[in-house]
Amino acid sequence: MDIVNQLQRQYVDFLSSLYREGLLDDQFLQIQKLQDESNPDFVNEVVTLFFEDSEKLLHNLAIALSVDQQHVDYQKVDACVHQFKGSSSSIGAQRVRNICVSFRTCYDAKNLEGCLRCLQQVKDEYYLVKNKLQTLFRLEQQIVAAGGAIPIMG
Amino acid sequence: MDSYSNGFSSPRAEAFPAGLRVLVVDDDPTWLKILEKMLKKCSYEVTTCCLAREALDLLRERKDGFDIVISDVNMPDMDGFKLLEHVGLEMDLPVIMMSVDGETSRVMKGVQHGACDYLLKPIRMKELKNIWQHVFRKKIHEVRDIEGLESGIEEFQMMRNGISDQSDDGFSFCGGDLNSGRKRKDFDNKHDDKNFGDPSAGKRTRVVWTVDLHQKFVKAVNYMGFDKVGPKKILELMNVPWLTRENVASHLQKYRLYLSRLQKDNDLKASHGGIKQSTDATSRDQAGNLGFKNSINIKHNDVANTNFGIPKNTVIQNSNPKSHDGVVSSPDLGPKGPLVSDAHEIQKATSSSGVGLHYSFGTPDLDTKYTTFSSALPPQFSWNREHKPQIDPNNVFNHLSLPDLDQVQVNQKTFLPSYPTPFNKERDKLTHIKAMPPRATECISLNIRQQMPGENTFGLNPVQSECSTTAFNPSESITRTAWSSKDQVLDHISVSDLDSFNGNLILGKNSALTSLNENFPPCLLPEDCSPTYFEMQNSDFSDSNNPGLLLEPSMYLYDSLKFDYEYPCDPIEYPVMDQGLFIA
Repeated sequence: MDIVNQLQRQYVDFLSSLYREGLLDDQFLQIQKLQDESNPDFVNEVVTLFFEDSEKLLHNLAIALSVDQQHVDYQKVDACVHQFKGSSSSIGAQRVRNICVSFRTCYDAKNLEGCLRCLQQVKDEYYLVKNKLQTLFRLEQQIVAAGGAIPIMG
Repeated sequence: MDSYSNGFSSPRAEAFPAGLRVLVVDDDPTWLKILEKMLKKCSYEVTTCCLAREALDLLRERKDGFDIVISDVNMPDMDGFKLLEHVGLEMDLPVIMMSVDGETSRVMKGVQHGACDYLLKPIRMKELKNIWQHVFRKKIHEVRDIEGLESGIEEFQMMRNGISDQSDDGFSFCGGDLNSGRKRKDFDNKHDDKNFGDPSAGKRTRVVWTVDLHQKFVKAVNYMGFDKVGPKKILELMNVPWLTRENVASHLQKYRLYLSRLQKDNDLKASHGGIKQSTDATSRDQAGNLGFKNSINIKHNDVANTNFGIPKNTVIQNSNPKSHDGVVSSPDLGPKGPLVSDAHEIQKATSSSGVGLHYSFGTPDLDTKYTTFSSALPPQFSWNREHKPQIDPNNVFNHLSLPDLDQVQVNQKTFLPSYPTPFNKERDKLTHIKAMPPRATECISLNIRQQMPGENTFGLNPVQSECSTTAFNPSESITRTAWSSKDQVLDHISVSDLDSFNGNLILGKNSALTSLNENFPPCLLPEDCSPTYFEMQNSDFSDSNNPGLLLEPSMYLYDSLKFDYEYPCDPIEYPVMDQGLFIA
């Protein structure tokens, strides 16, 4: 029990910090609330989908922006970023979503350099939140393995 | 979801809005999963789709199998707004749009296209909890619409009879009490007096605008002239017993909206495509309307006056004040304004935009126009197109001199046969239009023919029932081959496009056509047509002065629908439009 409590505390602290730092927003809480007995792995599944989708989008973005100035297909960039914005908002990856907003300014202005910068930023934020979420899941698994319940943040 | 195919049945009636059948369309897998879960938590019955086309197919397959559609705005295969339109036109379901982009212009667009709500992502569950209100509201409005029903008492009665049987399906979600209450009242009304005003007696079941039904509708609209026709008349022409004037009125509204949107798009396309149809914005609108109307308009005015009936109609365009330059040509139709020849317009010289068939044949651009028309012109126009724009609609058409038609003819070739005219003969061509019963085509063709007194005989051969209007088959088959008897026209039409449209528009066509056939006596224009005229038409038709005319009815239908928008767009546009509307 002690271990469980410890783990649970760790979990709560960790998750709180993610909210505090703006990596996650209220939407994450919403999807946590959706998890229930009929879907005990719901959050995990959703986040996994997000990861898969994001890798694809980032890959496409990199390709779209790897050409020279004249040949950049900004429509494609727009489509990818828009999609990324949507999917990051689905799990509450706030910082990623915010970068997408500024990313838009760059491709609207057809600013390749700016776009490349944004691409790097969005990648950084994405991998950061991915990392954190994976840590969170590991904590959850540990709690469950220790026989405890995952704390639900209000 | 199969359980729902029966409509709401008991579960819903008991715990409304539980069991509400929702179709969610989103290409984002993460959101799709989340929304599905959220909706399930609301006790709704959820079906998910990640492609718009898939969603449309599902909706068509399971007619009346869903209560509401939630769709994302940005999707790879089809614009969410387009999907929205289709759903609204074909299935008449409430649609909620979603997007991560909340810009006012986008939201505005959603509303303009008929969305009953626009949600911003991230979406909270509480927002989804209340979506049932949109379904409920629609039902209520449908019922209220009935109140205003002034005529068609008999139809109303019939409808009620029919509805009471199916009320569960359509309205069930409203809950048992509501239904039973309504039912009772309905029956009472039925027996006591023919008081249509009773809202409860109103149609409870949502009308599913199948391809057939829609085709019937379009035929009727075209027959009378998009601009001038009113729901009551359409209802009469459609001759669908269980349909109410209100149903038609609301569908007409949507249709007009759709057309005007198409027109706008067409205009854009036209401008891009270099279509010179001098269509300006106004003309476009007119064209749009004309498209439909023309076919119909013609009937109105000219039939009586002219021998052909077409003359008047065809040119119509010009009469439109706003449009276009003059008679037919009113290129203003621009891409969209296909040769809308608004017969009525001519007569009235008012032409209000309604002229469906703008024949903006206009001169110089005629060819271009025609071409575009062919692609986009609704069947109605086809023959109109032939009319040279320059012709003074009033003069020319009034007399309906054949010569005019001849002129038109030339142009027509380029157009896609959208009009039914050749139906009689062309029917065969319309092979793909299978759905429509022969007579159906007639109906369609009638409309068209009327307009073109001279040349296209085919247009209005109401008499020929054989029309293979089957052409209306929305589906794929129509794709060009069938349409243009003359081939030319159809060539433009891309099969794929047609399919899509076919589906959409023609939803009701088959059935509609049938009924239409029955409704329309040889003389489509009850008042105006004269049998002789038609016959003449027919014969001429076979000669097919206008390749375009040969468009099969389905084309006609489609065209009218899309035409307005698309024309003067080039053929490519046209087919697309058609498809969209008539996706089978």
